[in-house]
Amino acid sequence: MLGWELPPHHTGGMGIVCYQMCRELAKTGAEIEFVLPYTADFSHINFMKINPAVPHDVDEIHGGPVGIGSTYDSQEFEYIMQDGTKRVTPMNEHQSNYAKYAAQLVTLGEYDVIHAHDWLTFRAALAAKQVSGKPLFVHIHSTEYDRAGGKHGNPLVEEIEYIGLHLADRIFAISEATKATIIRHYGIPASKIEVVHNAMEFEPHELESGTNTNSFVYADTMRKAGYHILVSAGRLTVQKGLTQLLHAFRKVVDLRPKSLLLVVGSGDQYEELIELAADLGLSGNVIFTGRLNGTGQEWRDAFAVGDLFIMPSVSEPFGITPFEALAQNTPALISLQSGVSEILKHVLKVDFWDIDEMANKIVAVFDNPDLAQELTLNGRREMFSQSWKKSADLMMHHYHHHVAYRAEPAYV
Amino acid sequence: MSNARAIVLYLHVHQPYRIRHYTAFDAGNKHDYFAAPDGSPQSNADIVHKVAQKSYLPTNERLMRMIQDNPEFKLSLSITGTVLEQLEQYAPEVLKSFQDLVATGKVEIVGETYHHSLAFFYDRNEFEIQVQMHREIIQRLFGQTPTAFRNTELSYNNDLAFWADQAGYKAILSEGWDPVLAWRSPNFLYRPKNTENIRLLTKNYKLSDDIAFRFSNQDWKEYPMTVTKFMSWTKDSWDQPLLNLFMDYETFGEHQWADSGIFDFLEELPKQWLATPEHTFMTVSEASEAFEPSDEIDCPQTITWADNERDLSAWIGNSMQQGAIHSLYGLHSQILGTNDLVLIEDWRKLQTSDHFYYMCTKWFNDGDVHAYFSPYKTPYEAYISFINSYHDLKFRLHEKGIEV
Repeated sequence: MLGWELPPHHTGGMGIVCYQMCRELAKTGAEIEFVLPYTADFSHINFMKINPAVPHDVDEIHGGPVGIGSTYDSQEFEYIMQDGTKRVTPMNEHQSNYAKYAAQLVTLGEYDVIHAHDWLTFRAALAAKQVSGKPLFVHIHSTEYDRAGGKHGNPLVEEIEYIGLHLADRIFAISEATKATIIRHYGIPASKIEVVHNAMEFEPHELESGTNTNSFVYADTMRKAGYHILVSAGRLTVQKGLTQLLHAFRKVVDLRPKSLLLVVGSGDQYEELIELAADLGLSGNVIFTGRLNGTGQEWRDAFAVGDLFIMPSVSEPFGITPFEALAQNTPALISLQSGVSEILKHVLKVDFWDIDEMANKIVAVFDNPDLAQELTLNGRREMFSQSWKKSADLMMHHYHHHVAYRAEPAYV
Repeated sequence: MSNARAIVLYLHVHQPYRIRHYTAFDAGNKHDYFAAPDGSPQSNADIVHKVAQKSYLPTNERLMRMIQDNPEFKLSLSITGTVLEQLEQYAPEVLKSFQDLVATGKVEIVGETYHHSLAFFYDRNEFEIQVQMHREIIQRLFGQTPTAFRNTELSYNNDLAFWADQAGYKAILSEGWDPVLAWRSPNFLYRPKNTENIRLLTKNYKLSDDIAFRFSNQDWKEYPMTVTKFMSWTKDSWDQPLLNLFMDYETFGEHQWADSGIFDFLEELPKQWLATPEHTFMTVSEASEAFEPSDEIDCPQTITWADNERDLSAWIGNSMQQGAIHSLYGLHSQILGTNDLVLIEDWRKLQTSDHFYYMCTKWFNDGDVHAYFSPYKTPYEAYISFINSYHDLKFRLHEKGIEV
């Protein structure tokens, strides 16, 4: 299996998904060798073998993704060579290295299938397929089209995705929404794509925050003074729908002046959104926290301080933040354009463009503790009943199918 | 007293005034909670038109034929005030067809609350007003005065029986629920505890639900059900005087669609039943006078005819439902104090139990049949539109200078 990250190092959403998916696949009998583009201590993972695909003369790799969903933010990596010197490596070269060394790795072992996660691993995956002739499963967590907020993104990335999707033997999409995108924007026949819904398996003890005080002293104080607090968390990019959120929040503040919006995260829309908030007269009602570490106390506190969490994404292949909010006993309002809205029932949902309805639902939760309580109670119950079992069984079924019925060796 | 054996067929007719998608921005601006536009899932006119075509008109046509073809056939109906109003407004031909049925003298109308509310459990004065309102509309439209009573969702307990006895009713209806009946059969007449004259008729839920719920279920081992088969099941209780078949009227054509054969089943039922000389049909009040009560029934807890629990948990089981219903009844004295009939009526229409039922989350995980009966995507959306309407009621009180 070719991935880009695994927890606890460089943890974005995809890393957690890969970790839980592999844990369940291993339970159903799969032997997994997980190939990563960096070295780290993974001694806590005992259900699969983890191999770094890095140049032989590199000792450690720094940089790369930090914080939430930031896998794609990092453009440069710092290689620490065996001789102690340092070398800054751009993303493209880092990826080429990964492709090259992953392809070398697969010549060393016995494999039945190759399973690759998102475009960053595709060059390695295609090289591996070429070398081994084994069936290639491409797993799509998000496409460049999603990341560009429903517009055309980086053409180089799109081309890599296009080639990977076309040369894959089978495609796993994490939601119906993602499957639709792959069909519509990459010209892949529907019959080649299987929706494998993400699950998020949580244990209650994994989610305890550990402290009784909240890092957001101002928001916490305002809340105690009768303000209601809405929280959003994620990269500040077009994809995340924050422009629409600010317009909706203007309407909320018109009705309920004692309302605050906490915007957690950073990204290329940061300045633009601050300016928009000011233009809308919301400077006193919106707090921008900047980037927070996605595994830290402040991150959890941001969810905990809210009366409601909102994920207003224009396009969100899956989206795990609603779970993180529920973990902190905060109910969630999510856009119908998110993949996770396909599997969650006990959250409020709204079209990202429907700012009137978005505001209506925000106000409803602010005004009515009974609603918040019921959403939280049922939402958490739903969260803790999530399981990868069904998805893992489906993937195993397709592995077996391709291994057993493959008439011809693959050619690339 | 006869040694006859009677089917007591009792059908319940109801439609609520569904609340439109009513937002926080509407509250304080518009007071048209029930005016969903045509084509929206909450459009009351659309639903009445649809149910009229699928259920009311074809069922009444069959019932009329059954009355004409079988001199002994009789039935009982309860029809809420909220559905009668809507029929007057949207489907007068349906109202006429009910009036024609009642005019045959073979139909008894059972009393209940005008607004199909749970007022009995929250506000006894309001409950009595709604029962009186219902009595008046039944007198006006059908020329009858109810002598039997059923409460919303067939909810029942000792207190209700006591109230109905004091109010002079001859009969009251309840679920024939095993934990209450214990070793007793639902096919006898009973006397509720602490009452003098009133008689209790209990629903035979097994045979009623074979028709109402299971009729078209192809996974049911008895599928397809025929009248002949149904008759053979009634023979198990050949020595018991009553067979209380209580169900929603909309069973016919709406819950069980026409193509399931439900209408033919209905029409065939009296033919085969009456082929046996001792067999007959009775209305609920007739049955209460035809037999002696066989025992006393003690039911301190509230039972209903809903779900496996047979309690009120589908209406008041979660915190949204409880918060909503307590808040609404909490406005009682302020609302009535305004003497504003429009405001008071809006408050009453919000009491209809269906609004609380739509907020039920207990089956939401399974996404089962109940979704079919809700015009909202989720229980949370049902709650939001309701609670915004409630906030608007408070706004209207506030505008009149009344503290809330």
